Amino acid sequence: MRRALQQSGPSIEHSTFERIALPLLTAAIVTTIWAAAVKFSGTKIFPSPLAVARAIATLDEKSLLWRYIADSLVRVFAGYSAAIAVGIPLGFLMGWHESLARAINPLIQMLRPISPLAWMPLAVIWFGVSNAAPMFLIFLASFFPIVVASMNGVRNVPPMYLQAGRNFGLSTSQLMIRVVAPAVLPRIIVGLRLAFGIAWVVLVAAEMIAVDSGLGYLIIDARNAGKRYDLVVAGMLLIGVIGLLLDTGIRAVEKRISDQ
Amino acid sequence: MKVQFDDVSMRFGAMAVLEHISIGVEEGEFLCILGPSGCGKSTLLNIAGGFLAPTAGSVTIDGDRVTAPDRRRIFVFQERGVFPWLTVEGNIGFGLFDLPEEERRRRVAQYVQLVGLEGFEKAYPRELSGGMKQRVEVARALAVNPDVLFLDEPFGALDSITRLQMRSELLRIWRAERKTVLFVTHDIEESVQLADRVVVISARPGRIQRVVDIDVAHPRDLSSPRYIELRDLIFGEIGLAHQV
Repeated sequence: MRRALQQSGPSIEHSTFERIALPLLTAAIVTTIWAAAVKFSGTKIFPSPLAVARAIATLDEKSLLWRYIADSLVRVFAGYSAAIAVGIPLGFLMGWHESLARAINPLIQMLRPISPLAWMPLAVIWFGVSNAAPMFLIFLASFFPIVVASMNGVRNVPPMYLQAGRNFGLSTSQLMIRVVAPAVLPRIIVGLRLAFGIAWVVLVAAEMIAVDSGLGYLIIDARNAGKRYDLVVAGMLLIGVIGLLLDTGIRAVEKRISDQ
Repeated sequence: MKVQFDDVSMRFGAMAVLEHISIGVEEGEFLCILGPSGCGKSTLLNIAGGFLAPTAGSVTIDGDRVTAPDRRRIFVFQERGVFPWLTVEGNIGFGLFDLPEEERRRRVAQYVQLVGLEGFEKAYPRELSGGMKQRVEVARALAVNPDVLFLDEPFGALDSITRLQMRSELLRIWRAERKTVLFVTHDIEESVQLADRVVVISARPGRIQRVVDIDVAHPRDLSSPRYIELRDLIFGEIGLAHQV
């Protein structure tokens, strides 16, 4: 029954118009409500959409906009890449060797629910005021979902695939490369996307300490230096938009892999 | 004897699964191992394939004791064994990694043709029907030119029409390639349609209950008196009255 459903042709394709126009319409409505709410409430604190746009333009003029974005992205990618480099091999080993998983998994499951932000004080002591502190927090945030996804992926490779691989004379390393890796790839990509979402959330908080650049720093600095709420909201919007773009990118990769 | 089971017994913990299985399979023979669900027939095939070690006794192929899986004897599962991340070509060429590119391509093309999948070389398994996936798996096994094929209820997941087609396909391929085939099934009709000999295994613990020679020439007439006689003999052997 499940197979029959999977074979029953492509899912309903939404037109490009709907995929782009509908979200834009929502954005337009929300912006209008936002502008109207600011105007009619007479708030002195919350900025109007126009004020936020001007704030972003000012950042650009002071050539801070792209520098902050670039600094944030570098930190995220450094911590995230390190998490991939350590997490995937470790996950593979734990998925393959049950005794290793027995030994390490409880530790991982104990550390996993601790918010990466709880590590902040320690990160500052260990790494001081430097890029390394937020990178370490990003690493922690993305490491656990990646390890767990890789381990579960390897554990759940259908035994028939392994048996077939061995039957055709593959060594263990060949089996890893030619059977296990492609079999777990779809699952790992899901783990990677999940990890990236968490990493991006943690980044902002991580940049509120220890560094003096980046989008998280922009928000905390704008508040501390003269309550510039237009800059605060500008920072929030930038974080949201960049997060959306990156998630869309990862989803596109995920779809290509699962379509294969 | 090509494949020789010598007093093979298997226990999983306290549970005896197979007891004292001894039988020889001749080179080029098509042998069906028939028995009720859970009688240990798949276990027997896994022992012959080198995936499980028997608790007692041994299996020898060409006089060598089986201790591990080997490319000269390939195991075919239900169609779920095809690799979903590889195309039809990629699957069929999977075991040919140590051949030069040219030879590999030639071999893949040859077996694509043998199983009738021309035009689907670049298709992924999810685009294929169950019967086509099963052909891919048979072609993948044959491409490495094994002497023995182990088929474990290979058509069990197919609909009954496709199953009939696949049986005649398999016989055609078997006649063309002359492999020794060990075919596990719980389907009495299937065993009588395909096999040179049917080994009837009892309910657990599995023992050889009877070996039946199917002396009906191919292509088999499924309404011939001899076919029906042999089929009913096996129905009786398994303890089923041939009535619904």
